[in-house]
Amino acid sequence: MAVAAPPLPVRRHRRLPRWAPPVTLLASLALAAGILALFGQVTLGGLFALGALCYAVAITVLSRVVEGPRWAKDRLATALVTVAFLLAVIPLITLLGIVVGDGIQQFSWEFLTTDMVGVFGSMASGGAFHAIIGTLYVTGIAAVIAIPLGIFTAIYLVEYGQGRLKRGITLLVDVMTGIPSIVAGLFAYTMFLVVAGPDYKAALIGGVALTVLMTPLVVRNVEEMLRLVPNELREASYALGVPKWLTIVKVVLRTSIGGITMSVIIALARIIGETAPLLITVGIVQSVNWNAFDGRIATLPVYVYRQYAQGGPSADRAWAGALTLIIIVMLLNLIARLISRYFTPKVSR
Amino acid sequence: MTQSSDAEVRPAAAPVRGNGGRLGNRIFRGISTSSGVLILVILAAVAAFLLYRAWPALTADTSAFAEVDFMMDRSLWAWVLPLILGTILSSVIALIVAVPLSLGIGLFISHYAPRRLAQFLGYMIDLLAAIPSVIFGLWGIQWLQPLVHPLFAWLSTHLGFIPIFSDYQAPARNIMTAGLVLAVMIVPIITATIREVFLQTPRLHEEASLALGATRWEMIQQAVLPFGRSGIISASMLGLGRALGETMAVLMVLSPGYAVNFLLLQPGQHQSIAANIASHLPEAGADGVDALIASGLILFAFTFAVNLVARWIINRRAEFSGAN
Repeated sequence: MAVAAPPLPVRRHRRLPRWAPPVTLLASLALAAGILALFGQVTLGGLFALGALCYAVAITVLSRVVEGPRWAKDRLATALVTVAFLLAVIPLITLLGIVVGDGIQQFSWEFLTTDMVGVFGSMASGGAFHAIIGTLYVTGIAAVIAIPLGIFTAIYLVEYGQGRLKRGITLLVDVMTGIPSIVAGLFAYTMFLVVAGPDYKAALIGGVALTVLMTPLVVRNVEEMLRLVPNELREASYALGVPKWLTIVKVVLRTSIGGITMSVIIALARIIGETAPLLITVGIVQSVNWNAFDGRIATLPVYVYRQYAQGGPSADRAWAGALTLIIIVMLLNLIARLISRYFTPKVSR
Repeated sequence: MTQSSDAEVRPAAAPVRGNGGRLGNRIFRGISTSSGVLILVILAAVAAFLLYRAWPALTADTSAFAEVDFMMDRSLWAWVLPLILGTILSSVIALIVAVPLSLGIGLFISHYAPRRLAQFLGYMIDLLAAIPSVIFGLWGIQWLQPLVHPLFAWLSTHLGFIPIFSDYQAPARNIMTAGLVLAVMIVPIITATIREVFLQTPRLHEEASLALGATRWEMIQQAVLPFGRSGIISASMLGLGRALGETMAVLMVLSPGYAVNFLLLQPGQHQSIAANIASHLPEAGADGVDALIASGLILFAFTFAVNLVARWIINRRAEFSGAN
């Protein structure tokens, strides 16, 4: 690898003053606004795109004149990297913006507590209560299976595993996190088709599909948390004559309980919005189905999708449903953050 | 294997006196190990059940699917091929857009933004990953589609002589828009891995480069990018795996078709395997279900291979990493 020639030590570099980049940025934005106004309309997107372009060109030229080509390249790279980052934040902001903006119209306590029974055509009433119950059922079933399975697998990988089996499980768990959700849905669908026949429909099938998606998430995150537990704690426990399994339960798990809870909640937040597997396994209904083991059941993501597909006033319900879903996901993420902040032991790194 | 490795455990774990812990150890170890094995069993079961139901479709001839209306009198392979093309096309578009973007974000977070800000920014990008795909679908229709319309119209009128840009038709329910939505969805996955790898760049390499008078960008070129190359490749493959299997965004944004062409801007030409399954499975008859499951099996094999290679690269890299 060729290393660039060292800079001339005698002469100090002429650099742009600190205020140059922000001033250039403001000037570029003004220029972009001017150009856009000339051609008719000033939109936020256009302003951003053109302003960024103007800035990148201006700062590079300026830097090339004052600082030389090498620093000009550096300035250009800085501008491009920053723009890339801003570009990725735009979807997030616009997405939250339109979901809140469009969802708030129909979103109310009534929306959360009524179902779709007796709602026809262009009626604006109706809500997502049945879908919320269904989502609770389906994710609940997935959680009941995936959490113990995931935690024990993580314990195996960290505390017991060795050799090929450990490497194999680690690799396949990683690969499993990449299974398309629709394939997980197909698996559950096919399994119950073979085992229980084509007429059997239940929340259970959706729960099994989500289990396939949730388990690897739990394993990977919990494994990370268990690895954070310092070995000195384990050794101290062994030195006192505590059996290994009790050490794991009382020392390792207890130390990392905050992290484990956080991992589980994050995994839940990930799967609670899964749509495709539920679309093909549990379908949609209009009313509350209190039985998780018999009959189709509505879930929030599928509800959003189906309501949007119908169009008209249903689209408003779809947006309100989307808002509900986002609120749930954000709440779960927030809870996980708080738990990790207050309950995880401080480990020096 | 419980017996074989018990010997290694005992000296550390067994209490000095008595056998109180031994039974507990056995049970606990048994539960943990069988959980691990159960995961392998589940993965095998996924493949086995799909294969079991797909087998009749894979071996049947064209006449078997005469009654399946969405296959339009085609044989299984003639029907699946355009779907495979659509799947790959949308994912490749997503990848072309997302990888440079993620590189920029990864660099910004690891080498440009101040430490505290970087943490917050990383969290912002992670939030993108937490948003359900169905909401990305809504966003794609509501926000992205009108936004890209003037751009696509311009491309089609001025660069229409290039085949991939020709024949744009509004609304923009085409594979390009679907690819763009997918790109936004895979950015957090690619970024997460890239960021991790960049942060592992040996500090001494970076400082050596800077000490020789390199600018920040030259330092990145000399130290960070070469060190992270395999990480970037595997991160992109993880993103590819995700894009291949993403269902809802494609289902909602794309107007489907079964053509084999590269008219990226024309609606009604392509469809992905995943979106096709989601749209047809609920109403399909027995033969149709078999065919759809066969297409799902193909998707599964495909994503499995992509993810396996990606993970293999990551794992191989970890051993040579200068950071440990």
